[in-house]
Amino acid sequence: MDFLNILNGALGEIISPTTAAYGLAALGLAVHFGYTGLLNFGQAGFMAMGAYGFAISTLTFNAPFWVAVLVALVCSVVFAFLLGIPTLRLRADYLAIVTIAAAEIARYVVTTNRLTDVTGSAGGLNGFTNGFYALNPFPEGRYDLGFVALSHRDLWVRVTAWALVALCCVLVLLLMRSPWGRVLKGIREDENAVRSLGKNVYAYKMQALVIGGILGTLAGILFTLPRSSVQPANYGTELTFFLWTCLLLGGMATVLGPVLGAMIFWVVLSLTQGLLYGAIESGIITFITTTQAGQLRYIMVGIALMLLMIFRPQGVLGNKRELAFT
Amino acid sequence: MGSVPRLVRSTWLLAALAAFFAALLVTAPASQAAGPAASPASQTSPAPGPGDQENFRFSINGVLRNAGQPVPDVTIRATGEGFSGETVTSASGAWTIRVPVQGTYQVELDESTLPEGVVLAPGAQNPRTVTFANTSNAGAVFPLGEGIVVRGANLGEQLAERLIAGLSFGLLLALASVGLSLIFGTTGLTNFAHGEMVTLGAVLMFFLAGMGLPVWLAAALAIIGGGLSGYLQDAGLWRPLRQRGSGLIAMMIVSIGLALAVRYVIQLFFGGAIQQLPGAQSPQISLGAVSISQNTLQSLVISAVVIGLLGFLLLRTRLGKATRAVADNPALASASGIDVDNVIRIVWTVGGLLAALGGILWAYYRPGVSFNMGQQILLLIFAGVTLGGLGTVFGALVGSVIVGIFVEVSTIWLEADLKFVGALLIMIVVLLFRPQGILGRRERVG
Repeated sequence: MDFLNILNGALGEIISPTTAAYGLAALGLAVHFGYTGLLNFGQAGFMAMGAYGFAISTLTFNAPFWVAVLVALVCSVVFAFLLGIPTLRLRADYLAIVTIAAAEIARYVVTTNRLTDVTGSAGGLNGFTNGFYALNPFPEGRYDLGFVALSHRDLWVRVTAWALVALCCVLVLLLMRSPWGRVLKGIREDENAVRSLGKNVYAYKMQALVIGGILGTLAGILFTLPRSSVQPANYGTELTFFLWTCLLLGGMATVLGPVLGAMIFWVVLSLTQGLLYGAIESGIITFITTTQAGQLRYIMVGIALMLLMIFRPQGVLGNKRELAFT
Repeated sequence: MGSVPRLVRSTWLLAALAAFFAALLVTAPASQAAGPAASPASQTSPAPGPGDQENFRFSINGVLRNAGQPVPDVTIRATGEGFSGETVTSASGAWTIRVPVQGTYQVELDESTLPEGVVLAPGAQNPRTVTFANTSNAGAVFPLGEGIVVRGANLGEQLAERLIAGLSFGLLLALASVGLSLIFGTTGLTNFAHGEMVTLGAVLMFFLAGMGLPVWLAAALAIIGGGLSGYLQDAGLWRPLRQRGSGLIAMMIVSIGLALAVRYVIQLFFGGAIQQLPGAQSPQISLGAVSISQNTLQSLVISAVVIGLLGFLLLRTRLGKATRAVADNPALASASGIDVDNVIRIVWTVGGLLAALGGILWAYYRPGVSFNMGQQILLLIFAGVTLGGLGTVFGALVGSVIVGIFVEVSTIWLEADLKFVGALLIMIVVLLFRPQGILGRRERVG
């Protein structure tokens, strides 16, 4: 077993674009749930809007990079309105059921064979990221960052991803410190109190839903960039629940919590996976196969989610007084 | 709450959780060891277990379509190079059989599993020979007849057939959703792990039948196992959480974690493949001009009888009245001398029993057992419950039947891989116009 290699792989996860995408999507959930108290179980749907909006406008309509990003964002705003209009006046668990249902509807629609020409159905789409890589300012070659060496393409994806995450974090921080953000927190604590102050609670909730959804959509685009492909199976309910685990790990009503949560999530997964695979290949563990070890990660995430919720609902960075539930 | 009792309670909760998963881990491999060997239903390769199939690098695949429509749930078998494996086409008609080595395989489509009215095109080879040409994938195409419908093409008969199938599907959904609704009504918990209770019933029955038990006994034991899982869940997890005063949203997220963990514990031992229960292929019965499979009809009768019995128990017995009282107002019920905790424990047990029965019927309806079969209908169960009105038992029944019929009837016009979309959409639309659901009460909407 090569411990150094496993450790390096785990450290590499800290700056991987997938971690950035998870962090960004979880930040969107923090806006929804942590700050506003909206129970969004359909963040995978927002990510799918980003991925498919971007990919389809590039492939089917030959849109340039920035137009494709814009189209994805518009899709996400429309999706947020469709979700919000029927449910934001209802109790929290209705929003939960409707968002999870809407995300699944989106997944069924991009998987159906009837739309194969546009969505690629179950096989998904690929080869739509040329516009992004054409913007790469780094000259060709390998870049050594100490613990990991990257090609110029990998470096470009990572720099973009983390710059975007940093930008979004600053924006969310500023928003939440503004009077607007204080109203959101007020809605989380007591909707009726805010309403009695003359605020339009429905409009504030809708704005929060749209902003969190946009973060999810940007994350969806980021998620596809390193792979240059999008597959519908990736946008199932499990993705949403992974994002929730990241959010709860880091702390739900914090800005850096979701990002930190995503880093911890991926480092822990990579470490355990590496150690398990190593142990299986060197014959130390014989009672499970590598396929079964791959399933263990889901079991681990599930148990971690339960334990977190029961014993430390505020996460690593959170403050217990700022929980969106009691 | 002082810190010492709190710590004690937390430790007890942790221990209970650990014991729950330990129990799952210990019981499952034993049943699997005995399972595939003796099972008449599992026809996967003799050497590698169902889970191992995913390890093979090479695969034979194809998509089964009839007049542009995907054909799901058709069994396809591959034999050759000392290996044999089988699979069932997915909702999109796609199928893949993973094989250990490149070589030549005989691929056979089981014509008896083709849906009614669909036949192989005249002159189509079956079985056909597939040879790998230095690729990791090989394709096999089975041309189906140009929508050659054997009988019953007119809309009326089609509609009648779909209505009966939909009623059967709706009633099996109702078994699960009535349990979910009872749990929601008495504890306020939206249980995302209910789908896994559905899966558990079918998986337990598969293992028990594989051990050579007769079908009725395997089904009975699996249902009892489902009830036991409900009882243990409440005793080990939900009751301690309620006593800690955990919030409803926190408990909802705990149930999501539980669902993830249990689903993949099941996959760990059951594997990713689709397996069949004994008697999964049943003859068609003709009722006048309408033909329906025997299993679907039996499932309809069984669920109708069970739901009728449950309705009687709820309306006529002391326990049923106590349950409805707790659902209505727990504090008042408790003050009237009703043992609320006991009622909730019984509700969880009954919910587990009903979900397990629903799971077995769902396995016959699809047909097939897989580790994520419960997850696939979880949202339809939610749709049924929301449609009828959260927390109302008879609303859940009505809502589920509507969802079941809608799903089946919509396949006349909609692609088969979109049939769940329609049901989820009407749920959202109903929330727009009547958020409390069909039989719900206004004050619950909040």
